[in-house]
Amino acid sequence: MDLSLMSRVFPFFVEAALVTLELTALALVLGLFAAALAAAARLSKSAILRAVGSVYVSLFRGTPCLIQLFVLYFGGPQVGINLDPFAAGVIGLGLNIGAYMAESIRGAVVAVDRGQTEAARTIGFSRLQTLRKVVLPQAARLMIRPLGVNTVALLKGSALVSTISVVELTYTAQRFIGSTYKPFEIFGVAALLYMAMVYAVARIVDMLDKRFAIA
Amino acid sequence: MSMQRPMVEVRGARKSFGAVDVLKGIGLSVDRGQIVAIIGPSGSGKSTLLRSINHLETLNDGEVWLDGVQVNQPLHGQAFERHINRVRQQMGMVFQHFNLFPHLTVIENITMGPVILKGMAKAEARTLALGLLSKVGLADKIDAYPSRLSGGQKQRVAIARALAMQPKVMLFDEATSALDPELVDEVNAVMKQLAAEHMTMLIVTHEMRFAGEVADRVLFMDGGVVVEEGPPGEIFRTPRKERTRTFLKKYLSA
Repeated sequence: MDLSLMSRVFPFFVEAALVTLELTALALVLGLFAAALAAAARLSKSAILRAVGSVYVSLFRGTPCLIQLFVLYFGGPQVGINLDPFAAGVIGLGLNIGAYMAESIRGAVVAVDRGQTEAARTIGFSRLQTLRKVVLPQAARLMIRPLGVNTVALLKGSALVSTISVVELTYTAQRFIGSTYKPFEIFGVAALLYMAMVYAVARIVDMLDKRFAIA
Repeated sequence: MSMQRPMVEVRGARKSFGAVDVLKGIGLSVDRGQIVAIIGPSGSGKSTLLRSINHLETLNDGEVWLDGVQVNQPLHGQAFERHINRVRQQMGMVFQHFNLFPHLTVIENITMGPVILKGMAKAEARTLALGLLSKVGLADKIDAYPSRLSGGQKQRVAIARALAMQPKVMLFDEATSALDPELVDEVNAVMKQLAAEHMTMLIVTHEMRFAGEVADRVLFMDGGVVVEEGPPGEIFRTPRKERTRTFLKKYLSA
């Protein structure tokens, strides 16, 4: 194992890992936004909104993320959507993880005991007050773990955007293969950096989970 | 006959869940300060009746009135929403499984309604809550979270929470059924105290002895109808209907 090669490429990889983090963070924001809307739609009283939410979730969970990225990046220009690789990566990953996160959010809201809603309504709280003051504070706590799992999946899945030439960690690793012919060391360094980032995300999720635990 | 209008009145209540008729035309009238116990076997419709009074269940037919105001008014959408939220503020409901809000402390559980719905000042609501907690014997639990309380304590907080809205009537849906036997009395004691203060109460219960002690009138329901009703002494000692006798015999021997 060529340790000196690994230490020489390391600074370049750290820089690439920062791109992966940036990509993940932006996709996370977009994903959470899409997920909140989709979950609200799927829980709404309107049949049309429920259908829209369901179609979104089924579409993005029912097809490979790689194909979604290809359709957006390579197919986009055909219908007048011209995105640079990074933007396509953020939007593609964000919409994809949003579909999974929508289910995490919906699951948490549904998991709050029906008796909670009934108790709030019998006091005289409106539907909206009940949601804001009683259901969501309890659901928020229940959705931290599942959303954390989704975020880790997003972080690791971000490697897929190397196929649409976003210069992130995986893409950078592939470029170094050509000049070094040492895939074990090169991909090994990339794997270590992914692991470090996943570990960091997991710790943040643990912290949030403790912070919002119901006494 | 008194000329006073009833506090709670139910007329011709019908309710079905799918093909099952749970309420088959129920009439009920409760005067101000009266305490009515509803007994009957599981599936007799007694909980559904109580829940319908609070509109947690929507009747297929019939009317529910609270102090001269129709609860299930034929309004739609936001207009009904506003109406029912107003009416519900005047009815306290206590559930079998307490349904305290676990993310809020005891005092927050109690003050939330008056502060948000009645615009009561926080300090005033706190004084009110403290008074109610002393009344149910839990003044020392003011800042505790519900998870730290026993079942009996939770139910007493739930009663205090309902009372904080200063309701015209209290509805108890098997308030002691989920409690360990040794915790039942502390909740019954609170209910007896309310009875002594002439709170209008509707009590769905499996506890015949308690019903006999506290109720002015007992309703025996079976198969979605009121089979028999009368003063507790009459219903428990000299029931007229065979179904009532069979039920009570099974219950008292069990």
